[in-house]
Amino acid sequence: MTAKSQDLLAGVTAPKVRTLLRVVILFFIAGAAVSSRLFSVIRFESIIHEFDPWFNFRATKYLVANGFYKFWDWFDDRTWHPLGRVTGGTLYPGLMVTSGAIYHALRALTIPVDIRNICVLLAPAFSGLTAYATYLLTNEMTTSPSAGLLAAIFMGIAPGYISRSVAGSYDNEAIAIFLLVFTFFLWIKALKLGSMLWGALCALFYGYMVASWGGYAFITCLLPMHALVLICMGRYSTRLYVSYTTWYALGTLASMQIPFVGFLPVKTSEHMPALGIFGFLQLIGFIQYVRSAISGRQFQTFLVTLLVATFGLGLAGLVGLTSLGYIAPWGGRFYSLWDTGYAKIHIPIIASVSEHQPTAWPSFFFDLNFLIWLFPAGVYLCFQNLRDEHVFIVVYAMFGSYFAGVMVRLMLTLTPVVCVAAAIAVSQILDTYLSVKVPIVDETAASSTDSAPKKAKGGLRATEKPNVGIFNNLSKVVVTGAMTIYLLMFVTHCTWVTSNAYSSPSVVLASRLPDGSQHIIDDYREAYQWLRQNTKEDAKIMSWWDYGYQIGGMADRPTLVDNNTWNNTHIATVGKAMSSREEVSYPIMRQHEVDYVLVVFGGLLGYSGDDINKFLWMVRIAEGIWPDEVKERDFFTARGEYKVDHDATETMKNSLMYKMSYYNYNTLFPSGQAVDRVRGVRMPDQGPVLDTVEEAFTSENWIIRIYKVKDLDNVGRDHGAAAAFARGQKKKKIQKKRGARVLRVD
Amino acid sequence: MAPKKNAREPTPSAAATTQASSTAPASVPPPVKSSASKNGAANWDQVLQNICNHYVKETPQRIKLIDVFLLFLVAVGALQFLYCVLAGNYPFNAFLSGFSATVGQFVLTISLRVQTNEGNKNEFPGVSPERAFADYVVCSLILHFFCVNFIN
Repeated sequence: MTAKSQDLLAGVTAPKVRTLLRVVILFFIAGAAVSSRLFSVIRFESIIHEFDPWFNFRATKYLVANGFYKFWDWFDDRTWHPLGRVTGGTLYPGLMVTSGAIYHALRALTIPVDIRNICVLLAPAFSGLTAYATYLLTNEMTTSPSAGLLAAIFMGIAPGYISRSVAGSYDNEAIAIFLLVFTFFLWIKALKLGSMLWGALCALFYGYMVASWGGYAFITCLLPMHALVLICMGRYSTRLYVSYTTWYALGTLASMQIPFVGFLPVKTSEHMPALGIFGFLQLIGFIQYVRSAISGRQFQTFLVTLLVATFGLGLAGLVGLTSLGYIAPWGGRFYSLWDTGYAKIHIPIIASVSEHQPTAWPSFFFDLNFLIWLFPAGVYLCFQNLRDEHVFIVVYAMFGSYFAGVMVRLMLTLTPVVCVAAAIAVSQILDTYLSVKVPIVDETAASSTDSAPKKAKGGLRATEKPNVGIFNNLSKVVVTGAMTIYLLMFVTHCTWVTSNAYSSPSVVLASRLPDGSQHIIDDYREAYQWLRQNTKEDAKIMSWWDYGYQIGGMADRPTLVDNNTWNNTHIATVGKAMSSREEVSYPIMRQHEVDYVLVVFGGLLGYSGDDINKFLWMVRIAEGIWPDEVKERDFFTARGEYKVDHDATETMKNSLMYKMSYYNYNTLFPSGQAVDRVRGVRMPDQGPVLDTVEEAFTSENWIIRIYKVKDLDNVGRDHGAAAAFARGQKKKKIQKKRGARVLRVD
Repeated sequence: MAPKKNAREPTPSAAATTQASSTAPASVPPPVKSSASKNGAANWDQVLQNICNHYVKETPQRIKLIDVFLLFLVAVGALQFLYCVLAGNYPFNAFLSGFSATVGQFVLTISLRVQTNEGNKNEFPGVSPERAFADYVVCSLILHFFCVNFIN
């Protein structure tokens, strides 16, 4: 829509007015980008979403409260109990520092804003900047006046990007995508001008990107790949040399300033392509210099000798250093990018995260709508006038689509190039079909094609451009009409997807009552608030790692494991405690000083993201460390089904997780009517019995259940005996049980 | 630098012939070259000789000055690398920042050299020698800031 009005006005107005118009349109685009991300704030409230953002929020609060240096040296003893976490050295500080800087800037301007509101609104604010960066990047690609604006609005509202940047989604990607696009823009600019300054700016923003998101490796690999493709196409130029070497020399140093990255750029294989291309460029620069100095025949000898020697040495050096252990081989996450089955076999902790799964193809359409079929057209248009910057788009498109196909979350890195390419395609169509100056062109075209002498005048036929264009009003109206409809549908689709799929905080759930009014389910915060008010300051909470950050952020209690997942063994320990019999779990919990255990149970409400559904991952991860004690097979019935009802296996029924989830659940229903609404099964009449833990709190809709770990018995009995005594059972029966247990534990 | 010296010392006769031939008309060099291409060693001398000649004759004084600085950087870099190989890389931070300071300064100086070279004018239409030098200074400042920050 914007492009259309722009083009109509173009013939009439002066350049100055067009510039003004452009600025106004860009502001509107930024406004649209920001406001479409505010659904969640309007529907719910200004709240931090999901899991990781809670850690970022907590870290930001720490930064604002304690200052930068303390933040840098922060050792957090309230997570990963009893190990602790060197938080300052194991996080990407860019996001927190950005919001801290904004906070202090606003304070200096005497605008007292709560740090929470800054954190909530940071992602939408940066999405406006991303739209602008996309505009700049696209303008480098094409001369069309509308392509940049179209790309900006596509980027502003494309669901693929919105999914990670709605208000409250305070995650690294919130600022990283802006930095990604802007770094690419600076790179193109540096390459075009061959300027050291732009290269240095590119390196600085690359450094900022490294400080913000682990996805910086995408840039680290894409820029060398672009350079390599250019070299292979025979497009080496001194401009490439200047821009690439400046970027690499400064950018690598900048990236090493982040403690979490440290020596990685010189030690890991992911960073080696960049180093390799850096060396290769030196070589090529030298060869080019020599070529200008000596004659062709001599040059050939020179070249062959030099190339063979260097490649031999380089390859031998790389292999030698890797085998000697100076350079780390590719990491596990990297392998899972090539072989999608790799993670499932070797690193279940990575495979257990849903956003690391391969992308289902409908989600391409869901996230990008009509951009996804314009994307190849845009890439094709890049092939048509293949300058250095178009090669970049082609290379980016190739890698971006591959990685987006491998992992759901990498859809995010594909979105910018899709927006740019699609905008090029759309603007090409609009420019062709909306050309106002038809009649004049028509006549000259007719005359020029009629006159035969022009051909004889000389020059290649290909060099004289034939006047091709659409001059029929009907076809113009049809095509632009169709395009307008597509654009409008895109806007509708984006709004719908944003409002329905991506605007839920997942901390607060919403449902509809029969009369259509909204009902808020606030169990999470209810339970965390209970923890905050009813437990000791240093009471250790054991839960599956998904909830670690939330417990740290909302309940402010120490946790055993959290979403940082840096220690697989520790997570496996928690998994073992959850999936074993009580008698096995209890010593584990005692050893880790666990005071409370928190489980998420969706059976009453039909909330499918609960712990019973995640349970198999706990089992798998625990099995990875203790294959003799925890076996996944034992949790399936003889027919290989995962059951929780009557047919559930003994191992399943005796596991701590099962017991805690369904404890007392049958009392909620009339006899024999207990139903698990997630699994859709009828539960057994007799509920599980808990000996070593006791129920402390259950939230309104039973989503969160908290259990207190019992202290040792006063008279030295074990918990099974004590609980049986309290229930009034005879001793003989218990003795029998205990005998069986002793055998099993030893 | 090492191969150049080696090439020059053992074959003074070849050097003499090429110097003679360069003053002679252009028809003389081709037979020399074709005969030289048959045996590799002579050819290499030839190549290096030509490069040296070209360099000495074609390069302006100002760029030679830059080249001296480049040579210095290479020497310092090589020295650091040698130290790292012989004495171990214990303060790895210090080694990295020192080494990357020389490498970074080297590529920046090459860039300056390329941009101020008259022959490359058409590659860099927007970059005047003054602009190139200003860029160079800014980039070097950034580089050394990072190095000092990283050195511990």
